[in-house]
Amino acid sequence: MTKSMKTCVVGYFFSPEAILEAAKKTRDRKFEKFDTFLPFPVHGMDQAMGLKRSPLPYVAFAAAMAGMSGGFLLQTWTHSFSWRVNIAGKPMFSWPAYIPVTFETAILITGLVTTAFMFVALLGLPNFNKKIFHPDLTSHRFALAIEVEGEQQVEAVKQFMKEIQAQEIEAVEASL
Amino acid sequence: MSELLKEEPLVLGDKSYQTVTDEVCGVLESFPTKKWYVAFGISSAIMMMGFALIGYMLIKGVGLSGIRSPVNWGMMIVTFVFWVGIGHAGTLISAILFLCKQNWRTAINRSAEAMTIFAVICAGIFPLIHTGRPWYSIYWLFPYPNQMGPLWVNFRSPLIWDVFAVSTYFTISLVFWYTGLVPDLATVRDRAKHWFRKRVYGLLALGWRGSGRGWSHYEICYLILAGIATPLVLSVHSVVSFDFAIAIVPGWHTTIFPPYFVAGAIFSGFAMVITLLVIAREVFNLKEYITMQHLDNMNKVILATGMLVGLAYATEFFIAWYSGVPYERFIFIERAMGEYYAWAYWIMVTCNVVSPQFFWFRACRRNIVLMFILSIFVNIGMWFERFVIVVTSLSQDFLPSSWRYFALSPWDYGVLLGSFGLFFTLFLLFVRFLPMIAMAEVKSVMPSPDSKGGRHD
Repeated sequence: MTKSMKTCVVGYFFSPEAILEAAKKTRDRKFEKFDTFLPFPVHGMDQAMGLKRSPLPYVAFAAAMAGMSGGFLLQTWTHSFSWRVNIAGKPMFSWPAYIPVTFETAILITGLVTTAFMFVALLGLPNFNKKIFHPDLTSHRFALAIEVEGEQQVEAVKQFMKEIQAQEIEAVEASL
Repeated sequence: MSELLKEEPLVLGDKSYQTVTDEVCGVLESFPTKKWYVAFGISSAIMMMGFALIGYMLIKGVGLSGIRSPVNWGMMIVTFVFWVGIGHAGTLISAILFLCKQNWRTAINRSAEAMTIFAVICAGIFPLIHTGRPWYSIYWLFPYPNQMGPLWVNFRSPLIWDVFAVSTYFTISLVFWYTGLVPDLATVRDRAKHWFRKRVYGLLALGWRGSGRGWSHYEICYLILAGIATPLVLSVHSVVSFDFAIAIVPGWHTTIFPPYFVAGAIFSGFAMVITLLVIAREVFNLKEYITMQHLDNMNKVILATGMLVGLAYATEFFIAWYSGVPYERFIFIERAMGEYYAWAYWIMVTCNVVSPQFFWFRACRRNIVLMFILSIFVNIGMWFERFVIVVTSLSQDFLPSSWRYFALSPWDYGVLLGSFGLFFTLFLLFVRFLPMIAMAEVKSVMPSPDSKGGRHD
């Protein structure tokens, strides 16, 4: 592990409205790296933090197309090329009969790829080394953490936390 | 505002976020009660008996079951369709009600989804035993690259569509359920006192911290999963119905089958959710989460889908007459008035069409004892619906000399009972080890501490 000496200044809040207000002010101050920690999704937090819309729908669409064409091609290849067996006199390329399986593979691949992409690529999970600032953050406490370097900065950000009415403030040696 | 228009709060008892965490996690953190051990002991014993019977059946052959020509689809297929149907309520609650922004779903979706997964596990066992030699079935159930020359599955067969539909449904339900569980598993992890507990729940929670950036992606992911699960849940029982509808058998070969099966599946699934939750909210003291309002809403769904099922029965009869096909007419007259299976038909009609009629009345929708009894009736009725469809059409086929009366063998009863043992064992383990109320979701529909002042005017 490299010694990066990063510090997170964490401010705690006790209601979704309070953290939402704090997030808006933090966004406007344009800190390089900050995040909120919420026990449940707070409505309007995306705008308050100034987050861009997740790219996930594009991933899902691509996965759906891949699953759909993959499923259809597998069936076409099976019956038209690899295994040309006359079953009950049905045509080799009986595309209407392929629709249910095509639909299922599209759904299956979309679900698996979208979820895996979300957890692994976007959220960086599984990751068990990240600092959990407070055990109540997954229960009833809300936090706003700003990552800074250097003593002076820490003090300045602590002052900022007071301004945005954090109920408790602490500095933790960790990166976000 | 008048009393009737007032909306009941989704969570009763004026709880704080912390109380929700404490009460839901408390169930997992306390030592199991004697009641739980007794229930677990009985259901796992039944499950073991079921597995033992299945094992013996595989050694001796499926001839132990009641299937005889011409009824080659007996109890196994009936019960398979029954369990797949039970599974439908979970995804309906978690996906369709989510897209419709029905916030009351938050208290019941976790347990309903768990029930879906367990029901599909129970369902999956039956066609496998029915193949007789499940270790060979991989060749004709999945497109498995093998060395036996080009040998693939027949994609033009509805049985293969079914394999794909049910396995996709299982996988997506599991992914959906797990995705929903991750934030709550993190809650359990952060409360854990013992290192082992912290480690296990920590692994399952994948290191989730509830970051605002994470939630932003997570919510979109959940929405996409709900979006794809919605057509999926409607397709699964449609595909199951194709197993019948594609075959040119009187009583099966009808276009009404897909919507009829889907309505029946939601009907039976909601009944099973009622059966389980009525007990669970009592035993784990979750009455303020799973409120009368929830049960009332679910009973309304049971009433609506029960009426749909009744309409389907009537339509089938009308079309059998209107089509002018003598075979079709014969089968339907035999079903309702024949000397062999009319008893099964009228059990089905009484349980599925007559019993939900009580739910027109608010007092009945909010009567715990009555809804529990009716939910069991509905499930009995829905098993018989599949029995009627499978057995009546097969036992009297085109050749009268081969007609034969079908009866379940003792082995059939044992395996059927065993599947209930498996289902309840899995459900009991679930309520012991995983939070059965989706805490993060419930909290997001609760009034915030800041808004509470305004609420008590």
